[in-house]
Amino acid sequence: MSVATDILHTNVQTGKETIKMSGQKVCVHYGEKQALFDVDLDIVANQVISLIGPSGCGKSTFLRCLNRMNDTIDICNVSGEITLDGQDIYDKAIDVVELRARVGMVFQKPNPFPKSIYENVAYGPRIHGMTRSKDELDELVTSSLRRAGLWQEVKDRLDQPGTSLSGGQQQRLCIARAIATKPEVLLMDEPCSALDPIATAIIEELIDELRENFTIVIVTHSMQQAARVSQKTAFFHLGKLIEEGPTEQIFTNPHHKKTQDYITGRIG
Amino acid sequence: MQIWLTLLAVIVAVGGLYYAGRSRAFAVTNGDATILHSNPAFHGGMVVISGMLPAVFVLLGWTIFSRYFADASVSALLGEEFNALSELEQGAFLRSAFGLSQSQQIGDVSSLQNKAIEGYSAFFASTTLILQLVLAALIVGGGYLAWRQIRTDLRARQFVERAVSFALIAASGVAILTTLGIVLSLIFESINFFQKVPFFEFLFGTHWSPQSAFEGVGSDTAHRNSEVFGAIPIFAGTLLITTIAILVAAPVGLMSAIYLSDYATPNVRAIAKPMLEILAGIPTVVYGFFAALTVAPFLRNSGESIGLSVSSESALAAGLVMGIMIIPFVSSLSDDVINSVPQSLRDGSAGLGATKSETIRRVILPAALPGIVSALMLAISRAIGETMIVVMAAGLSANLTANPLEAVTTVTVQIVTLLVGDQEFDSAKTLAAFALGLVLFCVTLMLNIVALRVIQKYREQYD
Repeated sequence: MSVATDILHTNVQTGKETIKMSGQKVCVHYGEKQALFDVDLDIVANQVISLIGPSGCGKSTFLRCLNRMNDTIDICNVSGEITLDGQDIYDKAIDVVELRARVGMVFQKPNPFPKSIYENVAYGPRIHGMTRSKDELDELVTSSLRRAGLWQEVKDRLDQPGTSLSGGQQQRLCIARAIATKPEVLLMDEPCSALDPIATAIIEELIDELRENFTIVIVTHSMQQAARVSQKTAFFHLGKLIEEGPTEQIFTNPHHKKTQDYITGRIG
Repeated sequence: MQIWLTLLAVIVAVGGLYYAGRSRAFAVTNGDATILHSNPAFHGGMVVISGMLPAVFVLLGWTIFSRYFADASVSALLGEEFNALSELEQGAFLRSAFGLSQSQQIGDVSSLQNKAIEGYSAFFASTTLILQLVLAALIVGGGYLAWRQIRTDLRARQFVERAVSFALIAASGVAILTTLGIVLSLIFESINFFQKVPFFEFLFGTHWSPQSAFEGVGSDTAHRNSEVFGAIPIFAGTLLITTIAILVAAPVGLMSAIYLSDYATPNVRAIAKPMLEILAGIPTVVYGFFAALTVAPFLRNSGESIGLSVSSESALAAGLVMGIMIIPFVSSLSDDVINSVPQSLRDGSAGLGATKSETIRRVILPAALPGIVSALMLAISRAIGETMIVVMAAGLSANLTANPLEAVTTVTVQIVTLLVGDQEFDSAKTLAAFALGLVLFCVTLMLNIVALRVIQKYREQYD
């Protein structure tokens, strides 16, 4: 990390918590339609923050702003400011490819490439030229698979296609693939929605472990999941951020009536 | 006039049968059609089918076999003088007599021929009326049998359903039987050819000049023919031109497919894709004179300016233009397979920090590879079968050469030149065309099978 970002780091510290990413007055338009309205949200380093809310509330849209995945949609227009370590990620000087290497993403549906398990994990390191030798790459692939809790299951069949794994294994492979590029922030868009309860439990456990090294933003429809894995929770409704705060407080003592209604199941 | 009367009769018959069945269905229910097992329309359909189908079959059968009956009855009339002819001559005699009997003007004919012509005329005059009566009886009788069965619980709907499935089978049968017929005729004629020219001499001989084939009687015929029917030069020519065409079409087609599917904005795509496909609609003869009049002279001039000798008809010119012709096949099919690679893979790769071209090179193309390969296969078989461009741009001389600047010839072009003009259909020269056709068919068949296999494998991956 450069000296400049180190200084920024100390500047944005609030108590013990370091602000890793931050959105100010983020608005998103899809053509004429506005999907997000003036969202202000801080994402604290080495914590898990859950984005919850009913379908179409803008939580996935916000998530996709954080690594500029919305750039691939022609009609999408983002305004406001989003920073990573104090630096505006929508600045012209930012290399979006490098940004996405620093802010990794795991998608709703497991999407392993039609390559071998090894090649899936080695994909990011290869395109970013992160390793000097084959041994180093092997080491990185192994450690990524270990941290994704998949190593024991696949160590004997690294050359088999990633698509041959079960759904839960595929999603962990995608997590391994994402952490192999050594991102600082990991975005997860409903990572368990296509999985059964057992696979979900494994991934939730994994998220908790990954918190040590990464900052994690997770979009989820399951309030139990939000309560189990996250330290902070943000509630979105109709494109607006209604309330955010420590998970415990949101679920036991929400300040807003809408939040109360949603978590008790009256709206959604 | 007659055709309109016939058509009117058919319409009246179909309409009458339908109306009879439908009104009978209403009649048996005393006006309450809801208690019928099948809708009244199905009863009408059933009566129509039962009436018309047997008649159609009889008519078809008569059309196919009537000549045999006619020939038999006429040759019985002719007597000694006719019987003295050989079997081949008899056939030819009857064919010409039949042809004359159909025409309005009959010129000078011998008395025997005149007798035969009159025989044919009399035969068809007498049988036409009988045939018409038989058909009418079949229509009325078949319709009546079905009409009599109509009750409230008659399963007319299932009957119509079976007739529909029969019609569908018959339709696909037409395509299959045609293919089978063509393949069989190719095989039989090729066998005839290989009796005149040894199989291996044909397949591996290096000298091709069928125009100098010797047709006379003599011990030397087979030996001499085996020397002029060596097909290697024309296979080599086909291979050379096809290779050049693929070298042009594969990169250009693939790159335009990638541009269309991943880089072009929807507006550009909406215009560019149909325009590329128009390329496939240009008649090949237009490509042919484009190749002969524009590309070939251009190549010769530019070759000369750097000191190369380029013949005015060259494999390169034909191959280049043929490559342009098959670009739409490659690009259109590849575009489809590239588009069918799920967006989630593109997102996944972009989410890891890959650029667009890295994503395409490392994820999209490997995933789409089987489809792209099969697109190339189809393009290749198209190129192998192409004739017009080669006739006009690559020449007719069967040179055995790997130099793309010389004139070569291809299998299809040789087939054309062997069969154009007045030919005997039992000489080695014309039969060679069938052998070439058979080889060509085998090659394109193999390519198509490989392409289909690859497509199947590709489907398994994404379903």
